[in-house]
Amino acid sequence: MADITDPPRESFRLSQLLYDARYRSLTIQVVAAILIMLVLVELVDNTVTNLAALGKDIGFGFLWTTAGYDINQQLIPFSSQDTHARAALVGILNTLLVAFLGCILATVIGVLAGVLRLSNNWLVARIMTVYVEAMRNTPLLIWILIVFAVMTEATPQPREFREGGSASMLLWESVAISNRGVYIPRPIWGEGSGLVVAIFLASIVGIFALRRYARLRQAKTGQQLPVLWMSVGLFFVPAILAYFVMGRPVTLEYPELGGFNFTGGIQVRNSFIALWLALSLYTSAFIAEIVRAGILAVSKGQTEAAFALGIQPNRTMQLIILPQALRVIVPPLISQYLNLTKNSSLAIAVGYMDVRSTLGGITINQTGRELEGMLLLGLFYLITSLVISAMMNFYNSSVKLKER
Amino acid sequence: MKKTVFLGTLAVAGLAASIASAQSTLEQVQGAGVLRCGSNEGLAGFAAPDANGVWSGFDVSLCRAIATAVLGDPQAVEFVPLTSQTRFTALAAGEVDVLVRNSTWTFSRDTDLGLDFQGVNYYDGQGFMVSTSLGVASATELDGATVCIQTGTTTELNLADFFRVNNMSYEPVPVATNAEGQQQYLAGACDVYTTDVSGLAASRATFENASEHVILPEIVSKEPLGPVVRHGDNLWGDIVYWTLHGLIAAEEYGITSANVRELASAPTDNPEINRMLGTEGELGAMIGLSNDWLVNVIAAVGNYGEIFEQNIGENTPVGLARGLNAQWTDGGLLYAPPFR
Ligand SMILES: N[C@@H](CCC(=O)N[C@@H](CS)C(=O)NCC(=O)O)C(=O)O
Repeated sequence: MADITDPPRESFRLSQLLYDARYRSLTIQVVAAILIMLVLVELVDNTVTNLAALGKDIGFGFLWTTAGYDINQQLIPFSSQDTHARAALVGILNTLLVAFLGCILATVIGVLAGVLRLSNNWLVARIMTVYVEAMRNTPLLIWILIVFAVMTEATPQPREFREGGSASMLLWESVAISNRGVYIPRPIWGEGSGLVVAIFLASIVGIFALRRYARLRQAKTGQQLPVLWMSVGLFFVPAILAYFVMGRPVTLEYPELGGFNFTGGIQVRNSFIALWLALSLYTSAFIAEIVRAGILAVSKGQTEAAFALGIQPNRTMQLIILPQALRVIVPPLISQYLNLTKNSSLAIAVGYMDVRSTLGGITINQTGRELEGMLLLGLFYLITSLVISAMMNFYNSSVKLKER
Repeated sequence: MKKTVFLGTLAVAGLAASIASAQSTLEQVQGAGVLRCGSNEGLAGFAAPDANGVWSGFDVSLCRAIATAVLGDPQAVEFVPLTSQTRFTALAAGEVDVLVRNSTWTFSRDTDLGLDFQGVNYYDGQGFMVSTSLGVASATELDGATVCIQTGTTTELNLADFFRVNNMSYEPVPVATNAEGQQQYLAGACDVYTTDVSGLAASRATFENASEHVILPEIVSKEPLGPVVRHGDNLWGDIVYWTLHGLIAAEEYGITSANVRELASAPTDNPEINRMLGTEGELGAMIGLSNDWLVNVIAAVGNYGEIFEQNIGENTPVGLARGLNAQWTDGGLLYAPPFR
């Protein structure tokens, strides 16, 4: 070993930066970084100069001034005397609401459609193919407008519900579908209802505990518990018992026609329904494809092996195929959730008051703070997307292949 | 070394950019040979393209008048349809040279938004339209109603104030354009449509059963509508201001599209007319235009009264009375400063 001499130490020459493969990539990176920085500096400088030329400055003080406009759907109380910041918050909550419910519905429909597209039943599989292709290959905006048009043009006006009118309420006079939205009963939480809710939540925890116990028991003794029936029982029985024991503290307030509109109950606005359904249907088509790809990615030998062991088809799906498919499904599913959340900014097309319509629409317009508003809006979507992907990545690591 | 060259290039580019933006709007328009006019997406009587794509209307005529003043050609206008949400941004960003789009002159728009209103071409106010079948006679009976409003307008702010001050509640349905608002209103998705009364009248004129809709008597705001330019280019602002007021003064002095050429052929007895039409003095040159600029403008589009009667007057489907928009000599608010 000792007689191998070190290569002679060359002194560093400047030309090596270009011609020596060891240094070249470094040179390129440094030059690229400088160029990017210069472009950024120029952009910022340009913006500031041009704003100054227009007599505008950059500032976020407008957020604390009076908004002056009203918002129809508010998850937290809001009046036109509140600040622009609060209006933005109302919009943020509306965005999160439609994105959250949209992700859930899209997943349910998407998984169903994806599994059914693989069905052996020719007709079912074909129908699902048509569904997926129709949804996937038309712009989302068109679906939003179609659902909205159907909701506003094909449903009766509130005054048609009057005595002698042509429309009537559904489900024992509790639900009204009108061209302003769907009115449903609102629960009134009376005294003692807190206990009922607490018991209900406790039984949900109980269901999870039960499933865990059943799994451990099966692993130890090989005996199965009727988990499904026990869960259903746990879900309903304690809460209903508590409800009657406490003297029925939760009552329903039904929508009633008064003046121009229905009063009482909860109004689910058409703009919300249109956006929610369209986002869910559209995204579900992509999710269906992801689910189908995930299932097809599990080799057929797995199914055959399961059948050879005498496991029934739906248990095979549940216990063998899906857990393996999830590893393939979850990562692209994350981007679908992100897409859905960002696509919800099309809300303005139907007048749904999401954050794009409040902060990024009316506020910007009334204050003339385009740049600041758009920066805040971008920041909001960025943070939301990062949080969603963090949560989904966490889930992904729990379903991914565990090597033992 | 390389870096210095690069920085130098950047500096030169920056300088070039600032020179480009230093060019005045007048030079820019004359260089391009076309005036870019921010207008409505379509509001009958005010600004709408006909079947051949030719724009006409009350606001359109003002654009054509400005184009005639600076380019000598009423057709040298490119109309850029803008929504109420995008209009001021488009103007500030230089996508249009002038904005004539039912825009209300307000303090914050004139100051904070960095814009300049150049007079008023229509004195308006906000009103409410409802279907006669509702049996509503006054805006104070609208408690609990669903109201369609265009977002990004003064309308939505006035509406919030009006209902709050009167202790009434309402459900706002925001829409982006007038067309969308009309469609929702006609489908009954809202009980009330609210905007400037002129806009309501213009919308109603396009309804199949116009008589089934009433505009309620209450006018809840002042909406002086006028042409807007960017703050800072005062010469351009002057041109827009004096073109509009030239049209108004022309009506006052009886100059019409029919007689303007004759009046301009030789000095008349009225020195004000002579100065306006360039047979006396050098007024045109003072705003960088030819001396007979107003002659061409009036010959091309007519005076204020003619424009009004042609597009939105009582003999048109829109059917607006002159009201506040009559000459001061007839008890209205139109009052052009002296041409001197
Ligand atoms: N004057 C108000 C309202 C202007 C406005 O948007 N007017 C409506 C109706 S009068 C309009 O021009 N709509 C035409 C369109 O949407 O293209 C303002 O300046 O904010």
